[in-house]
Amino acid sequence: MASPRVTRDPHARVTNLVLLKLLVSARLRSQLAYRGSFLSDVAGQVLLGVTEFVELYAIVHNVSTFGGMTLAQTLVVFGLASVAFALGDLLMGETDSMSETIRSGKLEVLLVRPLPVLLQLATSDFQLRRVGRLLFGAAALVVALLLADIQWDPAKILLATITPLAGAAIFCALFLGAGAMQFWILDGRQFANAFTYGGRYVASMPGAALFFPIQIFFTFVIPATLVAYAPSLVILDLDGPAGIPAWTGWLGLPAAVVLSGLMLLLWRAAIKKYTGAGG
Amino acid sequence: MRAYWELAKSSFRRHSTYRTAAVAGAFTNSVFGLIRASLLLSAITTAGGAIGGYSAMEAATYVWLGQALLAPLGLFGNTELASRVKSGDIAVDLSRSVNLTASYWAQDLGRAAFDVLPRGLPPLIVGALVTGLAMPGSPGPYLLGFVSIVAAVSLNFLGFFAINLLSFWVLEIRGFWMLYMVVMNLLSGFLVPVTWFPGWLLDFARATPFPSMLQTPVDILAGRTDGGESLAMVGVQFLWLAVLLVIVQMMVRFGSRRLVVQGG
Repeated sequence: MASPRVTRDPHARVTNLVLLKLLVSARLRSQLAYRGSFLSDVAGQVLLGVTEFVELYAIVHNVSTFGGMTLAQTLVVFGLASVAFALGDLLMGETDSMSETIRSGKLEVLLVRPLPVLLQLATSDFQLRRVGRLLFGAAALVVALLLADIQWDPAKILLATITPLAGAAIFCALFLGAGAMQFWILDGRQFANAFTYGGRYVASMPGAALFFPIQIFFTFVIPATLVAYAPSLVILDLDGPAGIPAWTGWLGLPAAVVLSGLMLLLWRAAIKKYTGAGG
Repeated sequence: MRAYWELAKSSFRRHSTYRTAAVAGAFTNSVFGLIRASLLLSAITTAGGAIGGYSAMEAATYVWLGQALLAPLGLFGNTELASRVKSGDIAVDLSRSVNLTASYWAQDLGRAAFDVLPRGLPPLIVGALVTGLAMPGSPGPYLLGFVSIVAAVSLNFLGFFAINLLSFWVLEIRGFWMLYMVVMNLLSGFLVPVTWFPGWLLDFARATPFPSMLQTPVDILAGRTDGGESLAMVGVQFLWLAVLLVIVQMMVRFGSRRLVVQGG
């Protein structure tokens, strides 16, 4: 079937990038086809963001400062974390239900195709509705940055720019690790949730409000506080608690790189370890 | 009656085979408990003593009881009925000689009975070690707490069942499901006790059945309310139980007339 929209030379080499574009655009078109269902899903995702904020607000409105931060300052943390998580969930959220994919035999279908499994997973469920959460997070972040009375300088602008991206990479890596882990512990999906969704929860709250051992764990083992709280300390000129000193504010990007590398290795080991479900 | 008892027992046995899932769930609920307890305690320390009627120890107890009861009370729900409508297996369910709602209800009670110990005990142990727990010394709150827990399991079951029943009318219930989860999580007091809410939200929450689904059994078990008050709260639970039961039965009645099962 010839389509007038295909402008690509049919004899050109099909790279992963071309395939990625094809797959994602096909997914997007199919999701937009059912407009009513799509819009209600987006609304649901926005509402999810709203309740996450109300949850924070329900605590903060009772106190003058929460974990050493005013309401506007906690909103900066919340906004940064929401944007990062929404991006990570959009790209890699699918690996969260890896045990389902393995159990139902879908993974074998993915493995026999001449495409990286990860690429297929990322596009197989590229849920545009999750954009609703991203939009809400971005709106919260913009409002927070305006309200929080920040003395901007070039370094802070740089940090505020790379932080959502580094945070998204950290959540992608956590989701990837969660997916890889389910190759070994098939019923262990909830176990991984402690780090993915637990990580989101920690990331969106002022780190100083956490118990000291939790601060250390979610900063130096699972780098959740590096997603939003630690960079916010630098941007807002605040001192951090003992477990999350202000200098950790610049650790987000290196942590994202290291964690992504480790989780990719774990993922490769997991795929190698897979022996089939007899399908 | 005998059939429902057997259904509950077999559901208990079914869930008892997923041991890794139970361990994983207990672990995750304990981690979340640590995070939630530290956030609430930090706020209470800043406020200087108590927020919304909860002292530090009471708030910690609230968090740990909530984390322990989360799975048994069935706050995550399941979409079993909706997927059976999609696959057409619902035809088998409807032709059975047992009541549709009652058979699913019995199975959910069986699941809850299994979940209590393996998923409930670990968060309580972690809580007792990390922050300590303020539990009542008299038997009253435990007895009434048990009744309240059974009522809350039933309320959660009926709430999710109603959402599942929507699949008789619509093809995809995901949007409704999500909406319900989000609102229920907030208003049941699972994230933060409802008395911490700003006034307008507290009034709104109290006009819904959601606090009866988690906050009520937790508060009664912790002995926060005296005998009369606790009885009144259980009364409210039973009132909502009656309301939801009527709604669900109406939905089953009218929905099964509309239902068209394809193929055969």
